[in-house]
Amino acid sequence: MNEYNFAYLDEQTKRMIRRAILKGLAVPGYQVPFASREMPMPYGWGTGGVQVSAATLTPDDTLKVIDQGADDTTNAVSIRKFFENTAGVETTEETENATVIQTRHRIPEAKLTEDQILVYQVPIPEPLRFLEPRETETRKMHSLEEYGLMHVKLYEDISQHGAISTSYAYPVKVSGRYVMDPSPIPKFDNPKLEMDAIQLFGAGREQRIYAVPPHTQVVSLDFEDYPFEATKADHPCDLCGAEDSYLDEVIMDDAGNRMFVCSDTDFCRSRRAQGHEGRLSKEGAI
Amino acid sequence: MTPLLQVNGIEKRYGARIGCTDVSFDLYPGEVMGIVGESGSGKSTLLNCLAGHLEPDAGQVVFDTRTGGPVDTVTMSEPERRMLGRTDWAFVHQHARDGLRMSVSAGGNIGERLMAVGDRHYGQIRDRAIDWLGRVEIDGARVDDRPTAFSGGMQQRLQIARNLVTGPRLVFMDEPTGGLDVSVQARLLDLLRGLVREMGLSAIIVTHDLAVVRLLADRLMVMKDGHVVESGLTDQVLDDPQHAYTQLLVSSVLQV
Repeated sequence: MNEYNFAYLDEQTKRMIRRAILKGLAVPGYQVPFASREMPMPYGWGTGGVQVSAATLTPDDTLKVIDQGADDTTNAVSIRKFFENTAGVETTEETENATVIQTRHRIPEAKLTEDQILVYQVPIPEPLRFLEPRETETRKMHSLEEYGLMHVKLYEDISQHGAISTSYAYPVKVSGRYVMDPSPIPKFDNPKLEMDAIQLFGAGREQRIYAVPPHTQVVSLDFEDYPFEATKADHPCDLCGAEDSYLDEVIMDDAGNRMFVCSDTDFCRSRRAQGHEGRLSKEGAI
Repeated sequence: MTPLLQVNGIEKRYGARIGCTDVSFDLYPGEVMGIVGESGSGKSTLLNCLAGHLEPDAGQVVFDTRTGGPVDTVTMSEPERRMLGRTDWAFVHQHARDGLRMSVSAGGNIGERLMAVGDRHYGQIRDRAIDWLGRVEIDGARVDDRPTAFSGGMQQRLQIARNLVTGPRLVFMDEPTGGLDVSVQARLLDLLRGLVREMGLSAIIVTHDLAVVRLLADRLMVMKDGHVVESGLTDQVLDDPQHAYTQLLVSSVLQV
């Protein structure tokens, strides 16, 4: 028994957030303003994602929270505990068994299904922000579909680095209309944005919610002669041997030894349970 | 011949004060119009009204568009006006910093208008940027440098390249030589004169420098307190000024 209303927020607030979510789903990629509440955690720790999750959760849901793909980092653990305390919902670390997944900076490796909802924590929802600081101007650019500036950023990348060096928060065009910041997911995850599950994006400090409905076209911006590439470290996972998952690089000692491990801990764990092995799995590293 | 731009009775007020009032003129293709007057005479207000940066309180600005013929740009929809602003129109600011993106390389600055109208081939955009750097006499090797690394005169020339790359037909210039020293001014004027002639541009140049209009403008309008007090062919107005204010203006120029 706890003293909180279900999932912490009061019913009127959840209703307001649900209306913003529905509007976001109706206009894919459009940033819907909403009256973001103070949450019992600092801005930058996922206040937007938490509010969207709170408005989405039902008592029957099973929640999974990941931070950079991992279930066991501070941010993920504390948000999971928060909803255990305030909503009393089941939680899980297994992607397949979750109905609502709140994520920071990753899309799970396992293919998501139509009965799942993926909630992103978004720091800066405006993809044009660092090119055009005025909110009035960026809104006008969205409404008039003036997205030339986005390509100026990619042009700068190529002219300075010889390739598009933007590797996370890579801008996408949703359903042929709105240019959207997919939150700071690695561009390796961009192709996965076209998925079966509902994707909701919450930015608490910036007070914006946006969404990508299932089976919606999401195109990563690029040039004809410099096409989009989903990149990852060119290694297999050192624990489970996976060659197609996004990897974290971990420095092991002062001698320059390093290992690469799946950033999606649940994916890596389940592969090891199935008997897959990587370069370092015999040494009992983890 | 249809005028490229027909201006009818433009008026802009700031409360009870007059910005500019009752301005009418026609501009024909290939013609360069100069607007001179002292500070506060309403010439920048007028230019901003014509270029769609300010909404005039009265009057029409009819532009002869490529596809639709003459259209009043004051009442046209904002997307259309902004489209004109990056295709057929160009605006050269007095301070290059207002017209450039200072944190973006020279190539990106020139390429922005191309990308805004849908160019998506990096190699071609870059080639055109280098070509345009050459045409405004900036070394092509500096295509990846930021404008902050350029001198004032180079920044102004970069701004011109950035504006002309989409082949506009009408260029608005607000004191394009302001703040530059005389030798740099002379080169810039030379360059502008060459580009205007070569591309067959029409231009409206606002300046307080009579030498600039003498060199560039075919026709001249003299403004004072928001009114046009005299207009005519440049040489005629400058050599035989009729209005007392124009006479004062012409006689105030320092002789070396």
